Amino acid sequence: MHEIAVPGTIGGVDTIAQSFELALRMLTHFDSRLTQIVGLSLAVSLSSTLCSALIGLPLGAAVAIARFPGRNGVIVALNAAMGLPPVVVGLAVYLLLSRAGPLGEFGLLFTPAAMVIAQTVLIVPIIAALTRQIIEDAWAEYREQLQSLHAGWWQAGLTLLWDTRFSLLTVLLAGFGRAAAEVGAVIIVGGNIDGVTRVMTTAIALETSKGDLPLALGLGIVLITLVMALNVGAYVTRGWARARFG
Amino acid sequence: MITRGLGLLLVASSMLLSSLASADNPFIVVASTTSTEQSGLFSHLLPAFTKDTGIDVRVVAVGTGQALDIGRRGDADVVFVHDKAAELKWLGEGNGVTRYPVMYNDFVLIGPKSDPAHVDDGKDIAVAFRKIAAARAPFVSRADKSGTYSAELRLWKDAGIDIAKDKGPWYRETGSGMGPALNTAAAMNAYILSDRGTWLNFHNRGDLHIVVQGDKRLFNQYGVMLVNPAKHPNVKKDLGQKFIDWLVSPRGQQAIASYKIDGEELFFPNAGSDS
Repeated sequence: MHEIAVPGTIGGVDTIAQSFELALRMLTHFDSRLTQIVGLSLAVSLSSTLCSALIGLPLGAAVAIARFPGRNGVIVALNAAMGLPPVVVGLAVYLLLSRAGPLGEFGLLFTPAAMVIAQTVLIVPIIAALTRQIIEDAWAEYREQLQSLHAGWWQAGLTLLWDTRFSLLTVLLAGFGRAAAEVGAVIIVGGNIDGVTRVMTTAIALETSKGDLPLALGLGIVLITLVMALNVGAYVTRGWARARFG
Repeated sequence: MITRGLGLLLVASSMLLSSLASADNPFIVVASTTSTEQSGLFSHLLPAFTKDTGIDVRVVAVGTGQALDIGRRGDADVVFVHDKAAELKWLGEGNGVTRYPVMYNDFVLIGPKSDPAHVDDGKDIAVAFRKIAAARAPFVSRADKSGTYSAELRLWKDAGIDIAKDKGPWYRETGSGMGPALNTAAAMNAYILSDRGTWLNFHNRGDLHIVVQGDKRLFNQYGVMLVNPAKHPNVKKDLGQKFIDWLVSPRGQQAIASYKIDGEELFFPNAGSDS
């Protein structure tokens, strides 16, 4: 990205105009290093969204349908965990994965896998808590019907997850958004290693440290554009699927 | 639709991750300082090393204090930092084997062109620090356990100032890396101690420029050490030692000397010295 670096100026309108110009250039000219960083950002955040979906959707549905002592406590804990501070999660995962930590033998620290783990910890609560709310509302509506069909817990959960799939897509997008936008955790567990664990947000933090504010903001605009494009894609797919499979 | 979506997501992300994980070369992890990374030295040096040896170097750039801690925990193979006292203490605790001096550069005192403490063009850093403290002129401190912060504390001591006691609102402890601290200083028109490399590569200078340089107390030595393989069996002893040997070899030393910004040499090789 050095080729597109421009001499910085102090804050203000100039910087912002310059950033948009840079962002436009980055989006139209495929710089191989930028492509690699964008690719890693998407790979890490999509992987953590997937892992979180596999954990969070069943967990949310289970808490919505099941009745057990301490259920209210679990709901409050899940809701509160949506606001987990990324830097604390990063530090905790760092200590777990460090060679001196309990999972040190796997050597995962400073790899993309460590970043996926940290992001998963951050977004499982979001997906589980929002899923719980959606499924609980659907459960209130369909409970009698499902019980008259003698559906077991397992079957009821799956049916409700399927019935609310369009709402749950938005939940997944919320999780992905948090993962892609996050910097505090991934910079600690990934180490922002050039070509290995440098993602969009950590690259932005680095360019800011170098005082190259136009490039930093330009990268930010690229990141926002990508997240926007992904959401447009999801929205269109959803509309299409709804029309087709309703 | 959800299952199909999830399936697609699974395929896409596993494809992406596996394509990214295809590191062909053996690699080492080097915990180093923001000054070596942000000055651009590593992007100049490492390709030459990789070309010579086929070993990739993954740099985690943090403050010296944190870099030493990463090494202490066994999360890096080599540490490459600049705080001799802290390095020797670290070695003494059995965290590493031998310390090799590699190169030096220097610290510079940066300040606003308006120069409220009247220190511009001084040659004596202790005098400059005394003047800043006397004028209560804004001064940005890293305050983060970095090598630069250690040097700053040493300089206050040299100037006969007990900064812990004497500091007031004019002394701003940011607890951040060199770049963010420079951004802060630029926004507040404050004085700040920086390593020369980071300063030369720093774009957002605002009204700041170098006000004091060249005092021998501003000398900044870098050392490199292998993390103790006896303490951490996962350390890639041979690959890490190869990196160290290359850095102190004539070829590595030459590569360090040839790194310039705007024709200015940033780091001066001095392997084999007792610095």
